[in-house]
Amino acid sequence: MFNHLLSLLIWLPVVGAIPVLLAGTARPNLARWLSMLVAVLTFVASLFLLQQYNAATGGLQLTESYMWIASWGVHYGLAVDGISVALIAMTTFVGILVIAGAWEVIQDKPHQYMAAMLMLEGLLIGVFCATDALLFYALFEAILIPMFILIGIWGGPRRVYATLKFFIYTFFGSVFMLIALLYLYQKVGTFDMATLAALPLTMKEQTWIFFAFLIAFAIKVPMVPVHTWLPDAHVEAPTGGSVVLAAVMLKVGTYGMLRFILPIVPDAGAHYAWLVIVLSLIAIVYIGYVALVQEDMKKLVAYSSVAHMGFVTLGIFVAFMLVRDSGNVAMAGLAMQGAMVQMISHGFISGAMFTCIGVLYDRMHTRSIKDYGGVINVMPWFGFFYVLFAMANCGLPGTSGFVGEFMVILASFSANPWIALFAAFTLIIGAAYTLWLVKRVLWGDITNSHVAEMKEINGRETFVLASFAFAVLALGIWPQPLVHLMNSSVSQLVQQLAIHKI
Amino acid sequence: MPNINDILIMLPEFYLVAAACLLLLLDAFMKPTQRPMLHWISIIVLLVAMYLVIVGQPPQTVTAFDGMFVRDNVSEILKVFALGTTAMLMVYSRPYLIDRKLLIGEFYTLMLFAVIGIMLLVSAGNLVTIYLGLELLSLSSYALVALNRDARLPSEAAIKYFVLGALASGMLLYGMSMVYGASGMGGTPSLDLAQLHHVMAYTTAPTLLVFGMIFMLVGIGFKLGAAPFHMWIPDVYQGAPTPVTAFIASGSKLAAFGMAWRLLDGGMGDLSPHWQLMLAVLAVISLAIGNLVAIVQTNLKRMLAYSTISHMGYLLLGLSAAGPEGYAAAMFYAICYALMGLAAFGVMLALSRVGFECEEIADLKGLNQKSPWFAFLMLLAMFSLAGVPPLVGFWAKALVLEAAIHANMLWLALVGVVFAIIGLYYYLHVIKVMYFDKPEEGSVLVVQQDKPLRVVLSLNALLLLALGLYWGPLLDWCRHAFGL
Repeated sequence: MFNHLLSLLIWLPVVGAIPVLLAGTARPNLARWLSMLVAVLTFVASLFLLQQYNAATGGLQLTESYMWIASWGVHYGLAVDGISVALIAMTTFVGILVIAGAWEVIQDKPHQYMAAMLMLEGLLIGVFCATDALLFYALFEAILIPMFILIGIWGGPRRVYATLKFFIYTFFGSVFMLIALLYLYQKVGTFDMATLAALPLTMKEQTWIFFAFLIAFAIKVPMVPVHTWLPDAHVEAPTGGSVVLAAVMLKVGTYGMLRFILPIVPDAGAHYAWLVIVLSLIAIVYIGYVALVQEDMKKLVAYSSVAHMGFVTLGIFVAFMLVRDSGNVAMAGLAMQGAMVQMISHGFISGAMFTCIGVLYDRMHTRSIKDYGGVINVMPWFGFFYVLFAMANCGLPGTSGFVGEFMVILASFSANPWIALFAAFTLIIGAAYTLWLVKRVLWGDITNSHVAEMKEINGRETFVLASFAFAVLALGIWPQPLVHLMNSSVSQLVQQLAIHKI
Repeated sequence: MPNINDILIMLPEFYLVAAACLLLLLDAFMKPTQRPMLHWISIIVLLVAMYLVIVGQPPQTVTAFDGMFVRDNVSEILKVFALGTTAMLMVYSRPYLIDRKLLIGEFYTLMLFAVIGIMLLVSAGNLVTIYLGLELLSLSSYALVALNRDARLPSEAAIKYFVLGALASGMLLYGMSMVYGASGMGGTPSLDLAQLHHVMAYTTAPTLLVFGMIFMLVGIGFKLGAAPFHMWIPDVYQGAPTPVTAFIASGSKLAAFGMAWRLLDGGMGDLSPHWQLMLAVLAVISLAIGNLVAIVQTNLKRMLAYSTISHMGYLLLGLSAAGPEGYAAAMFYAICYALMGLAAFGVMLALSRVGFECEEIADLKGLNQKSPWFAFLMLLAMFSLAGVPPLVGFWAKALVLEAAIHANMLWLALVGVVFAIIGLYYYLHVIKVMYFDKPEEGSVLVVQQDKPLRVVLSLNALLLLALGLYWGPLLDWCRHAFGL
């Protein structure tokens, strides 16, 4: 029964989008309920996935492999390890929440919005379980199409600029990866990722391929200095678009690093680990300062996303450093584990933050911080959630934000105390920009009459925020299940780091 | 002596010639009210020709008339797609032609003769057959461009097309004469492509041969529309009636690929070290000019014209790999391009009506509001042209890039992808206009209600998606045709 669970997870939302589209403008409510049904079914399927996946053994499971294009040796190959399972479960969870979040908010062509969301969800799940490099690439690129439409139609005033920038920027990075993949195909005649991982490559080849992969994924993550599309895309995207972008799409970049850079070009990865670590630290420290001065709430959270994703890249490449320089496999495992937890945690926190901003925007139609003040007086429940997510964003112990960052900082201390020192800056800067945001938006007296007229969150919004809050707290207080889920996969990844391929 | 077997091998061509002549007669003796019948008759004629091509497919390569005419897998595939795309195009054109009172016999007979030209060209085994097919196709195309003879722009376009086309034909012929001459120096002179293949080995005048090759390359470049021989493309695309533009962008490109392959691999295969780099240079220039100039176009037909130039650059990427892999990739590209171009022009035809030509990009403003389905079809065509997965245009690009890397031309592949990024912009711009812009005040964007047009166009655009999801069979045909 579960032989095709992964295919089901991918195709259910993609195919489910078709009836939603057909519901048309005439029956918006039908479209909404249909899309909710599809999203819930997908979520249920991902629960089955969690139950089916054997975390103790690790490795790739639930494998599906069919010859897709025989003359090119391309497979329709799917499989998951613990990391993929966690990411897929997060994707389907967020999938429900963005559909619920858009319920009445999207009045213009809701059926197209919902359908684009569902397609996006399906394609993202596909990215997380592809085992064929060309399939991965095709899905990796295809997710741009629904996102392009989402930002372009339902976005803010500068949506066209933002969405074109987003599409072209991301496309720019990934074409070099395509060339790298075609080059590898020349050598082995297959796109199977396991075969590519076993392929010996000279240092020169590895270096070129490493940079081709790095540019593709660094843009997606995004890392400094190729992050400039993100603030624009986030600011202009509709709330749901921002949530999916921050929560899931950015993870595609770091996930790609795990699946491509680590196994295929480990030597070049180790050689240039310092570069990625420096860029990650710049993201953590400098972008944190950039976030501090933002006057637009969405931009602030967007920059804070860049800073937090810096921890993920930091963790991955510190693991390189630990394994290769000092052979400290245990600490490398911690770094990697921390990066993974941070990926999942950031998905929930950033999704929640963007949802909060969406709630405010729906009432005031402005994202400028100075237009708010004293919101807590009129929206106490909202204030409660907002403060909770803000605390998680600063990495307060007890929330999910703390776990990953702490693990990464701890591991990087054993690699080089200086790295840990700079990384730990985030605890101050992150707290500064997040708490200052809360102070200006929530606390104090009501600053203007528009704020006074704001209505408390309704049941639907409470449901969305409470779901996010549940996830954030659950992972913060009891991260053990998540760590256990990913543990054996992470240790396998770390073992791969030690393999020289030259 | 020609025998019955020769005629049987060329049966589809003979049949089509007879049918075209009959159609001409029929047109002359028909009552004006019966004229619209011609439309369906021509489509049936094309479909029957397609049937004849498919059922008469020989198990292995056969030649007729002493090698003048070659019937192999390559020609079979190109013919089937040329006939198919032309039939689809006729379906798309009907409402357009009726609205402009252009539904006349000339359109259909010229179209059929042009298709015969294509069929001869892709089956040519001899320089003379190449020239014959090329001229038949070109002369019919010149006349088709000027179909609306009272309008200024089409006439101008036709004249430009004719003058430049004649020049290019002259170049080609000149090159052929040199090659013929070179083949006679040190051996028996020959026009046969199979024999010309080995001229380099024995000729005493290799320089003359290379010179001839260069002139022939100019002819090929012109026919493909590769820069710097692309000057005619924008004006002709813009000036010609949209159905004719669509024909030049679809069937004609298949013919151009067939001709390029016959001449390059068939006739000048031994010279490949010489022409390989030349084609690569043509490819780079085409990619650069096509993609960069397309960005600033406001006229959709003109934009697609420049986009064609860039696509021919990608096709040349495959050809310049000079091996069966590359040829298969280039043929795959040509077929996909024909289908993509056809879909894009099909949507334009569907949006044109009496007194309104849909040809400015701004004309598509807010199409998603007015007709989400046609906006979606155009979206598929645009993403496919841009080379975004899962549309087939992406796989076509990946194939030619792979061919270039395979031929040790990694740099060429890199140039190819860099221009793919630049090219992305103007396709996205069209989607932006359709989806993100509000319709203009008072604009009455209506879609033709013609049922066959809607159905076939939808199938055409969805085929781009379907092929994108499963492109194996088409690739296998292409590879099989080149013996892979």
